Amino acid sequence: MKTATKHRALWLLMLAVAATGLAASMAWAQSTTSSTDPMAEYNQMFGDDNPAVFWITRGKGLWEDARGPNKVSLAKTCDLGMGVGVVKGAYAHLPRYFADTGKVQDLETRLVTCMTTKQGFKRAAILKHKYGEDNNKSDLEALSAYIVDASKGVPISLPMKHPQERRAYEIGKAIFYYHAGPHDFACSSCHGQPGKRIRLGMLPDLASAKGAREAYTTWPAYRVSQGELRTMEWRLHSCVRQQRLPELKFGSQAAIDLTMFLAKNAEGGKMNAPGLKR
Amino acid sequence: MHTIKHTLLLLAALPLVAFAADHAHVNRTTEAYKVMMASFKAKGQAGMDRLKQDPTQKACSKYSDNPPPKLKQALLEANQKTVKYPADGKYLGDWKRGMAIADDGKGLQYNDNPKDPSGGNCYACHELDKAHIAYGTIGPSLYHYGKNRAFSEAAMKLTWSMLYDMKGYSLCSPMPRFGAHHILTQQQLKDVMALLFDPDSPVNK
Repeated sequence: MKTATKHRALWLLMLAVAATGLAASMAWAQSTTSSTDPMAEYNQMFGDDNPAVFWITRGKGLWEDARGPNKVSLAKTCDLGMGVGVVKGAYAHLPRYFADTGKVQDLETRLVTCMTTKQGFKRAAILKHKYGEDNNKSDLEALSAYIVDASKGVPISLPMKHPQERRAYEIGKAIFYYHAGPHDFACSSCHGQPGKRIRLGMLPDLASAKGAREAYTTWPAYRVSQGELRTMEWRLHSCVRQQRLPELKFGSQAAIDLTMFLAKNAEGGKMNAPGLKR
Repeated sequence: MHTIKHTLLLLAALPLVAFAADHAHVNRTTEAYKVMMASFKAKGQAGMDRLKQDPTQKACSKYSDNPPPKLKQALLEANQKTVKYPADGKYLGDWKRGMAIADDGKGLQYNDNPKDPSGGNCYACHELDKAHIAYGTIGPSLYHYGKNRAFSEAAMKLTWSMLYDMKGYSLCSPMPRFGAHHILTQQQLKDVMALLFDPDSPVNK
């Protein structure tokens, strides 16, 4: 309990320092440049420093501390696919089939399973704060940051043994090419060719190994424009909105199938997340 | 001898493989629709009906953006027939308003106000003039578009039909059907046309 309090105090201190730094830098950036690229401004100020470290630190506490109505630690109860409590390399081998749920799960849905079945949290309460904001940080995002950080340098490799895993890939591929809505957009409309830009943003060709690796190995990521750490579920949710489709539900089969398609295409790429994005 | 036999066997098996692949793909697109229906929820102006596909969307999805020539030709012709030309025969509106439409990326997302007019977001994919440096490269550069076509009436008519329904020219193009899908109004289309064809427009400077 003492450790948890210390963790929290340290995290709050770091957050305060970071917030002051960011606010100052933003004011400076606005006064000295009219560049349209917030990423360039950020790099100018901070280089490769990634504020994701604050999410990783908090996530470590959330993973290790005994929490929830059941007062248990995820580190002692949660299996992310590599055995109970194993975080090293876990993200590089997800999504995968889990026998206890009978489903293919990505990191975020697996964490929700552990937090509900082991710690006793309510699913609705977790999902209410799935995306963090200023004074209301997301536990799910912090946990994701910690877990993905433990896969740094690990090549992506999926089990792909269970029929449901193979089916997830096949359906994910079909969804990737699924044109719909008033604009006819499919994922492939923007992410099906190499070397293209939307406005100034580079678009990875997600059907190719090169493009899929570039993108997949760097998510979850700290989004400079949002000041938050976001996961792949958030990335897909936001993409699909711009595709003019209805809302993609968190942890839905389509979200997991698409993630499986991207992860499989990115296989062999070494994880390098949390990344740093515009 | 062995190689020839092998090649013959392979050739004989080819149509079967092609059929199997096509058949499997059909099933997956249908399954994908079912999965998507269970994975999405209606929000704002984006209803679940948006997941239903018209024949063009269906063909491009089923064949991963590369449908067989016969099907492609039939759909191209059908889409060309949907084009409605301006009733007053005038193609050009105001290039300044056209530029604002080309720069506006809002419209038809569930978080957009359905009462606001939609933008065309042309700069997202095309270079148009030298002042806007934040342009995308999914589509070709349209700099000097009208000038390069001698501002001809025939070029205007063709361009109108492309803005109206690009799927009459390039079936699985990433470009939306601005007229056929009522993304832009007739007046907005005229304004964008002026951006491309008015000699005073920065596109032609």
